[in-house]
Amino acid sequence: MPNVSHFERLPMRASEPVTVFVEGQAIKVDSHDTAAAVVLMAGLVPSRTTPTSGSPRAPYCLMGVCFECLLDIDGVANQQGCMVKVRDGMQIRRQVGARDIHEPRQEPTT
Amino acid sequence: MSDRDTTEYCYDLAIIGAGPAGMASAAEAGQLGLATVLIDEQEEAGGQIYRAIERAPLADEGVLGSDYYKGRLLLEAMQASHTDYLPGTSVWDVEDDLTINVSHHGRSRQVRARRLLIATGAQERPVPFSGWTLPGVMTCGAAQVLLKNSALVPPAPLVLAGSGPLLLLIASQLSHAGVPIEAVLDTTPRDNYLRAARYSPGALRNPKLLLKGVGLLRTLKRSGIPHITGVESLRAESGNDDHLDRVCYRRKGVDHELYCRSLLVHQGVVPNVQLTRALELEHRWHEQQQCWHPDVDVWGETSRAGIFVAGDSSGIAGAQAAEETGRLSVLQIAKQLGQLEEGKRDTRAAPIRRRLGPHQAIRPFLDVLYQPARSFLIPEDDTIVCRCEEITAGELRHIADAGCQGPNQAKAFCRAGMGSCQGRLCGLTVSQVLAERSNQSIDAVGYYHIRPPIKPLTIGELADIAD
Repeated sequence: MPNVSHFERLPMRASEPVTVFVEGQAIKVDSHDTAAAVVLMAGLVPSRTTPTSGSPRAPYCLMGVCFECLLDIDGVANQQGCMVKVRDGMQIRRQVGARDIHEPRQEPTT
Repeated sequence: MSDRDTTEYCYDLAIIGAGPAGMASAAEAGQLGLATVLIDEQEEAGGQIYRAIERAPLADEGVLGSDYYKGRLLLEAMQASHTDYLPGTSVWDVEDDLTINVSHHGRSRQVRARRLLIATGAQERPVPFSGWTLPGVMTCGAAQVLLKNSALVPPAPLVLAGSGPLLLLIASQLSHAGVPIEAVLDTTPRDNYLRAARYSPGALRNPKLLLKGVGLLRTLKRSGIPHITGVESLRAESGNDDHLDRVCYRRKGVDHELYCRSLLVHQGVVPNVQLTRALELEHRWHEQQQCWHPDVDVWGETSRAGIFVAGDSSGIAGAQAAEETGRLSVLQIAKQLGQLEEGKRDTRAAPIRRRLGPHQAIRPFLDVLYQPARSFLIPEDDTIVCRCEEITAGELRHIADAGCQGPNQAKAFCRAGMGSCQGRLCGLTVSQVLAERSNQSIDAVGYYHIRPPIKPLTIGELADIAD
């Protein structure tokens, strides 16, 4: 991807590393990161397209207001990425358009 | 989470939100012997202003500055109070008898309380302008959340644009962190300075905050970041990769353009009214703050007896004022529940009100000084207002001309406000555009009816509470 822009990490006091997968690619992050923060770190931008016109979007408010950070997390579509803390092994994917209700439903793993 | 069986138990007080108002209220309630539950949508206490205060992951405390770390005192007081703290728990409905329906990691349950204190804080004001939906454009609040929670900083080249204290604060914080900033584009309208001047006597009652503001401007100047004032016609444009590529603006009649990959925008904050609206509490339009807030008495009690609102969710006054209004509400709640005599309530309230004074006195000055430029309140035709359903201001004017009376009819006319954010990011703008076009007052036009569930819910989560 040309011109990929990544958020960068400043030195932290302490970190608990976990590995998550962004579109299948492993990335080491901190256990307190949210899924939305991870896509910004991984440069997965746009992180979704809208159901209305397919226009590209990315996390915008990071505090649960705007719903622009909708992601497919562990096979469950339309998750608010900024409200979901990462877990080791989490699979994060782009949310493309609306959720496909014909997909087999997977239970969220808590 | 505590071991108590919270399904049958009835608390004295349920507080929603663990920001400064919620944490201070929990501490006060603990001192007064109230059985209290603190329900927090976030995974860690602190709200947005003291986000992740317990971990405070940034190695260099100089980045966020000492005001942030003052949140530790509040957190310690809250933790010492024996409050049942429920993190990661979203409220999606409150029933008439104050039964609160909550969801935690995909499972729903009910929490009962005799009194409810809503401390859901503020959200950033929606700032519609051409290109604001582009990846690469984000709010200043978002950048602060990433900094506080994850020690993350946005990619360069970076431009900040907008108006208000947070714009200058995040600029100085990122600059301290060594992040290069191309420019701070200040959209504060020039005549705001004159209009605000008449409120300066009130501002002078809060010299500490004024000095902090002056300090921020000085830091910005010292850092060599161009602080460009009088910016108009802000526009974000993409390159050929669906990503922000440049920001365009006009200043003194001349068009300018800056190449950037990150643009942080801000036009102040407004009360988060999603829950107070869903509860059909009475709201009032605040002309200086250009937003609605729930109508509350001197103790924060709303139009529905037993429901209180404190902190920025009852009207923007900042973090320190939020603590104090939270404490005042708890005093009145304790009095109503027979835990505190009236005289003792007033004795305890007196110093709190004294501390609150300066924070309220400076508001008219700040509110008028940082009132957004008209184009951010009532945008041009081609600007998207409802990001979810992609409805432009022009479409809203079109339906107003066709007879649409207000925001609730707008849902049927064009689906504005019917997307996943449930109107959180377009509500204010839709009301203002429709009011202006149909020549009605903002009160006559009103706001969206917000209906529960106010958070997305699976059928399974709904079924959880049926048992």
